[in-house]
Amino acid sequence: MTLSKKNALITGGSRGIGRAIAMELSRQGINIIITYNSSEEKALEVIKEVENNGVKGLAIKADVSTEEDVKNMMKTIKNQFDSVDILVNNAGVTKDNLLLRMKTEEWDKVMDTNLKGVYLCTKAVARGMMKKRYGKIINIASVVGISGNAGQGNYSASKAGVIGFTKSIAKELGSRGITVNGVAPGFVETDMTEVLSEDIKKHSLNMIPLKRFGKPEDIANVVGFLCSEKADYITGQIINVDGGMLM
Amino acid sequence: MEIFEAVREIICDQLEIEDMDTITMKTSIMNDLEADSLDAVEVMMDIEDEFDIEIPDEDAENFTNIEDIVKYIEEKIA
Repeated sequence: MTLSKKNALITGGSRGIGRAIAMELSRQGINIIITYNSSEEKALEVIKEVENNGVKGLAIKADVSTEEDVKNMMKTIKNQFDSVDILVNNAGVTKDNLLLRMKTEEWDKVMDTNLKGVYLCTKAVARGMMKKRYGKIINIASVVGISGNAGQGNYSASKAGVIGFTKSIAKELGSRGITVNGVAPGFVETDMTEVLSEDIKKHSLNMIPLKRFGKPEDIANVVGFLCSEKADYITGQIINVDGGMLM
Repeated sequence: MEIFEAVREIICDQLEIEDMDTITMKTSIMNDLEADSLDAVEVMMDIEDEFDIEIPDEDAENFTNIEDIVKYIEEKIA
């Protein structure tokens, strides 16, 4: 096992985009901490794979929308790692419904995980980064946070919230050497989009100039760039990775 | 006096001040040392850690100089 200097915390890292990000960053020699909610087996698989890339790996079960879980997560991390240098706020859920059919629980669930979770995790790591005068925070937003999408009032609101938060915190923490950026994926093939109907998929494909859906790796590549020193002068930006779906 | 020394060290660390003597009981962090609001918050959080106390925002807003901070800490840990 090599001694790497940087540690990355990726929320929701057991599946989909989070998993691909864990792989990408581990290939850059960055130690990986992932959180998972339900998929323990898959989380442990990810850890095994990142360790094969020669870095340290740790999976923590945590609901990022609860303060208690985030607190305990930070304690566990502190016991095994010196610092969190990179935070990727990736954990997200959908509870799609038309406004008139939407239940308050569906609204709350999506807001809590997608927006409050980003706030709690960012706050938890910010102080350590400020002391170190170094940090990279990458928030996974969504193009629907910019364009809107019928049936996703809750999800698009949460992602628009993430975009506003990204820019505000970029301004707040810039003087401490911390960059905060967002990546806004379009239609990416994951468990989250797997459940959509063939009709919606066909319609979405028609809207994408590059004529294919995104792969988790397409997103991970950009996150990898934003975590690297090549992106040191970029902050407060939202980068759409969507095959040209939104321009 | 010990509290003053500890507070002084925290402030010098945070604001990268080399000459500790620039800071006296009458020094104001924001006005005299050109600290911004983020510096002030960081100093408060370091003081909280150092003395194992909690300083609510309402209290922190009332501090005008180092003396106020030192007195506040004295009362809290007494």
